[in-house]
Amino acid sequence: MLEMHTGVAVREALTLAMEQDERIFIAGEGVGVSIHDSPLMPTYGLLQKFGPRRVKDTPVSEAAIAGLAVGAANLGLLPVVEIMFFPFITLASDMLVNHAAKLRYLSGGKSSFPLTVRVKTGIGFQAGCQHCHPLEAWMAHIPGLKVVYASTPADAKGLLLSAIFDPDPVIVIEEMGLYWMKGDVPEGDVRVPLGKARLVKPGRDVTIVAYGSAVYTALQAAGQLEAEGISAEVIDLRSLVPLDKQAVLESVKKTGRFVTVHDANKFCGFGAELAAMVAEEAFDSLKAPVRRVAAPEAPVPFCPPQEKFYKPDAGKVNAAVKGIMK
Amino acid sequence: MPTSRPGGEIRRQMLASMILVRAFENRLSKLVADKEDVLGMQILATGQEAASVASVQALTPEDVIVSNHRSHGHLLARNADIKTIMAEIMGKATGVNKGKSGTLHLIVPEVNALMTSTVVGAGPSMAAGAAFAQQYRDERAITAVFFGDGAAAEGNVHEAMNLAGVWKLPLLFICENNCWAGAQALKEHCAVGNIAVRASSYGMPGKLVDGNDADEVHSAVSELAEHCRSGKGPALLEAYTYRMRGHGEHDHQHYVDKEELELWAAKDPIRIYRARLVQEGLLTEEDVRGMERDASARVEEAVRFAAESPFPAPEAAVEDVWVQSPWAGR
Ligand SMILES: Cc1ncc(C[n+]2csc(CCOP(=O)(O)OP(=O)(O)O)c2C)c(N)n1
Repeated sequence: MLEMHTGVAVREALTLAMEQDERIFIAGEGVGVSIHDSPLMPTYGLLQKFGPRRVKDTPVSEAAIAGLAVGAANLGLLPVVEIMFFPFITLASDMLVNHAAKLRYLSGGKSSFPLTVRVKTGIGFQAGCQHCHPLEAWMAHIPGLKVVYASTPADAKGLLLSAIFDPDPVIVIEEMGLYWMKGDVPEGDVRVPLGKARLVKPGRDVTIVAYGSAVYTALQAAGQLEAEGISAEVIDLRSLVPLDKQAVLESVKKTGRFVTVHDANKFCGFGAELAAMVAEEAFDSLKAPVRRVAAPEAPVPFCPPQEKFYKPDAGKVNAAVKGIMK
Repeated sequence: MPTSRPGGEIRRQMLASMILVRAFENRLSKLVADKEDVLGMQILATGQEAASVASVQALTPEDVIVSNHRSHGHLLARNADIKTIMAEIMGKATGVNKGKSGTLHLIVPEVNALMTSTVVGAGPSMAAGAAFAQQYRDERAITAVFFGDGAAAEGNVHEAMNLAGVWKLPLLFICENNCWAGAQALKEHCAVGNIAVRASSYGMPGKLVDGNDADEVHSAVSELAEHCRSGKGPALLEAYTYRMRGHGEHDHQHYVDKEELELWAAKDPIRIYRARLVQEGLLTEEDVRGMERDASARVEEAVRFAAESPFPAPEAAVEDVWVQSPWAGR
């Protein structure tokens, strides 16, 4: 184990993968020379280490970046491309939604597209809604795309390694606020399998499911609830597609109550899928209605008091849990 | 040398406006450095004042402008209210967009700066729509869209140019080529080396001018805007200039050659223009100092107004999504 920041852990995964497999190249806007001159940034120093053949700075051209990944993957490379901020995935979406996700299907299973798209997200930078828009549910809705979302440095490394060597297209969502968070990371090529949730904190009375930084919101709420005699189980999904249904359903069967937490909008958010799944497959275990804690129905605002209001906090999770405890 | 020079009054106004823009951005930069009240990214256009100000001043107030993330010069040259722009940058309730936008996507319909995008390359598509509306209604006004050399790589920009060319839309594409897209130099993201040559591929006139020369920019925009206005279709202007500061204030230009910066510092558009107007007898040094004092007073007043303004209510975060919110009361 080594203690490191998430940003460094991401770079560890990229470095390890590139060292062991010549088929891997990385591409994106500023993955080589970046305006961010910080060793905590994921691709810092990779151009110097691997050279311009394998570390490709692209023009500001998201559609071309995604198309590059699709075409190169089809010819047997393992592209790892970066989309600078989540909202810009809309420009890459034709290649991801209509091509990366569908060409294997269209070929009757003859083709494959082992590409990885790293995309940055996160609320709290006062960048406004054209730089910040959590679109994970949108990606998860597309059959043919896998979607992963780490909350710890160890998972950021382990999930990215799995994504890179996965034979299918994987969208890897990286929350920028977590780049600066430190944690223990296993050394070497230690992969976290896609589709395996992580039990963060065991509990008896309610299951709280989250991913990304919302895991810490859930944990904070669980701590407060514990002091009031309510025992919450917290699960970090880590992977939205494939989804660890079993981990969620078993927990709900044990606790009888279910709350989801995420920073994205509630309406048609990923929590809606989880709630529906629990209602369909664990209804008999439920002692109370399901609750979703999520952002309100508006784009992400710019100014700090509104940004703070917008992002779900422990207080809101706490209130949701208490509301179903009676 | 430009074919036709703008008149004296226009030239004095251009200098005053450039001085105001520089004072505004210098003050913002200082606010960031002092970590006072200024939030998020601050994207300045120091060095590009001639390109932005002269372009806007060559248009009529009825012409629509579509701007991007580097918009202070465009908006102030349009006489947008400096106080509410500063308040917006500080995220205040009195801000021109009620604190929803911040510095990146300032929208000022009051001065026909109708749409803005910080999604690089998105502006030209929307601008094509605006120009279509003007053509559809047989208006005199045209649309001018500002974008960077980096943006020129986006598919949207090519598509907008082609559509405008085919439909002969009254749309003036103005590329402020500041030699950088983030940390990428022009030659690393542009195969041809200049943007203006593209015009011929889309059936429109294209022109490359010295973007640090306000007179040249003004004449070129006047000429091309006239082309668009007279129903001959779109045009493309490339103003070749330089981004003197980092991409944003968080960027300290570690990738920029210091000699290159010095070279461009010697071509500072404001210093050049000031000297020219004084030398030609259009202004005295004292007149210019008056402009500087005036600019600085207006900027300080704006900072005071913004600092004293309250933040908007947190719950107002959900307002303005719809004309009438179906979520009201939830
Ligand atoms: C679609 C999209 N991709 C990436 C970005 C991030 N980004 C913001 S500005 C910028 C560089 C743009 O360069 P240019 O168009 O030349 O404008 P400049 O910043 O030089 O004025 C990039 C890549 C963005 N805002 N939108």
